[in-house]
Amino acid sequence: MSNTTNYQELLSRKNEIMKKSVGVDYSQFELSPIAFDYEKMMKQTGYSLSEMREIQLNHGVGKTPLKELKNITALARKVSKPGYGARIFIKDEALNDSGSFKARRASIACYHAKKLGYRGVIAATSGNYGAAVASQAAKYGLKCIIVQECYDSFGVGQPEIVEKARACESYGAEVIQLSVGPELFYVFLKLLEDTGYFNASLYTSFGVSGIETLGVELIEDCLRITGKVPDTVVITNAGGGNLTGTARGILQATNFPVQIVGASVNLKGLHMASDGDFNRKSFTTGHTGFGIPFITYPDRSDVPRSGARPLRYIDRYVTVNQGEVFFMTETLSVLEGIERGPAGNTSLAAAFSLAQEMKDDQIIIVQETEYTGAGKHHQSQLSFARKNGIDIFFGNPEEEIPGKNIILPRSLDCIKARDLNLMEIKESYLNNALKNVTQVHEIDLQYLSNEINEPIDYIVNYLQGKKIKMEAKNGNQIHKVG
Amino acid sequence: MVKKGTWVLVKKVVLLPEERPLTLPKDTLKTPLLMWIKGHLLEDASLGNQVQIKTLTGRLEQGELIEVQPTYRHDFGDFVPELQIIDNLVKAELFGGETSE
Repeated sequence: MSNTTNYQELLSRKNEIMKKSVGVDYSQFELSPIAFDYEKMMKQTGYSLSEMREIQLNHGVGKTPLKELKNITALARKVSKPGYGARIFIKDEALNDSGSFKARRASIACYHAKKLGYRGVIAATSGNYGAAVASQAAKYGLKCIIVQECYDSFGVGQPEIVEKARACESYGAEVIQLSVGPELFYVFLKLLEDTGYFNASLYTSFGVSGIETLGVELIEDCLRITGKVPDTVVITNAGGGNLTGTARGILQATNFPVQIVGASVNLKGLHMASDGDFNRKSFTTGHTGFGIPFITYPDRSDVPRSGARPLRYIDRYVTVNQGEVFFMTETLSVLEGIERGPAGNTSLAAAFSLAQEMKDDQIIIVQETEYTGAGKHHQSQLSFARKNGIDIFFGNPEEEIPGKNIILPRSLDCIKARDLNLMEIKESYLNNALKNVTQVHEIDLQYLSNEINEPIDYIVNYLQGKKIKMEAKNGNQIHKVG
Repeated sequence: MVKKGTWVLVKKVVLLPEERPLTLPKDTLKTPLLMWIKGHLLEDASLGNQVQIKTLTGRLEQGELIEVQPTYRHDFGDFVPELQIIDNLVKAELFGGETSE
């Protein structure tokens, strides 16, 4: 059989392989061709909050410190209007075993894999999640394979991903590295089938609910330190799990409204499957190249129904540019004495700008940091970019062109969180969810309303605009009310 | 000669360019999908040979032997002078005056 035939044949058995490798039959959650019962999925296959906290604390995860960034707050106030400049706090997630918040996701996935009796775990990830799974798998004596997209076709590795491979191997994992291309999924499926290992996907309910503890902790920490809940929490957004899990945790910890802001590095114009663009980006995660496709179509992930559904929770979505994140990473180091990796500081760069819109008695929390080191360090990344012909200079980051230049802010006032149009994103979600659909049912209306956190009337209006028929349970057509 | 049992890196072609989905960007479509895997060599061999290895999880893989006892060579990159300029800018803004003393 040719590789092409193998490829198609394997992909056609995707659902069957997934079912076996996550131990979940997703068909039980389906309500219609469009809708599924999200809460049932999160509950039935997940763990209670107290169980997750215990699992994590017993395995080197959680209870990370929330630190007030007093000097960065003071710096933001230098460029704020009088009376403005919220207190900026950071949840130092780099202190989890393996160095990032991803340990929270991995801890639940590996615990579950062990409980179900799998011999090993596999994850497809070029990011911190690989190290997190490898670290947690080591604790449970599980075998571990991490599949990475790491090199361009010339065999030049993105230094950050090369470092991730080292970290995974240091925890005893087998690392499989690939050149650029979405067929990584094919390799991943084949490995799942050949080994029978557990798919420690980022997008199962275990992978997402493991982050709920982070949302709960940051509310508890903030109350303890300041006596108040935060006004805003900024969350770096890529696949959506970080935002979804944190927001779900916050909702369980407080009834006070907390604004949830997603932040991604702007990589507009770079194609994620392009061999040539691969080493022209300085961020391998936390960027719009993942953020936008996943938020508008969550089920593109490696499980049939993703637990990461950020549009249900997000109040505002902003981007920052690469130069701004590198600038804030260096600032965190020299003004606060905290040296951390750049990707985790995406939300810090956004918070520096957002804090200036808020009163000085308000609180904004940056909900993660990540470890840094050779390859990941911002000097490694800037140096690598320069070697790849990217211009690096001081100027207005607004003019940065991803893949061509990195513009470091020439002054503090040009560090800006730039709003994406959330309503356009929601519409784009609906376009994807309802592609080729000519008729929806009552159950779909509520589902779609929950999915994008907009009233049912908004959905009805959208459907009417697209001339999609709506049918009630009794078979009658639904008409817009009021 | 590389001895049987040595820790090595092999490279293999997973998909040839013509076997890759046509939906890929043009530059990627011109290239094969490549894979790099590490493991212990199952037979004595020389660099450039097609060999079989046993990986850490006990899987058998085949590929071209390209490196013996592979290690990590990623680093902190070349000096980036802009980082010191950032240091001076934010320190001067916050604490004022000359900060290099």
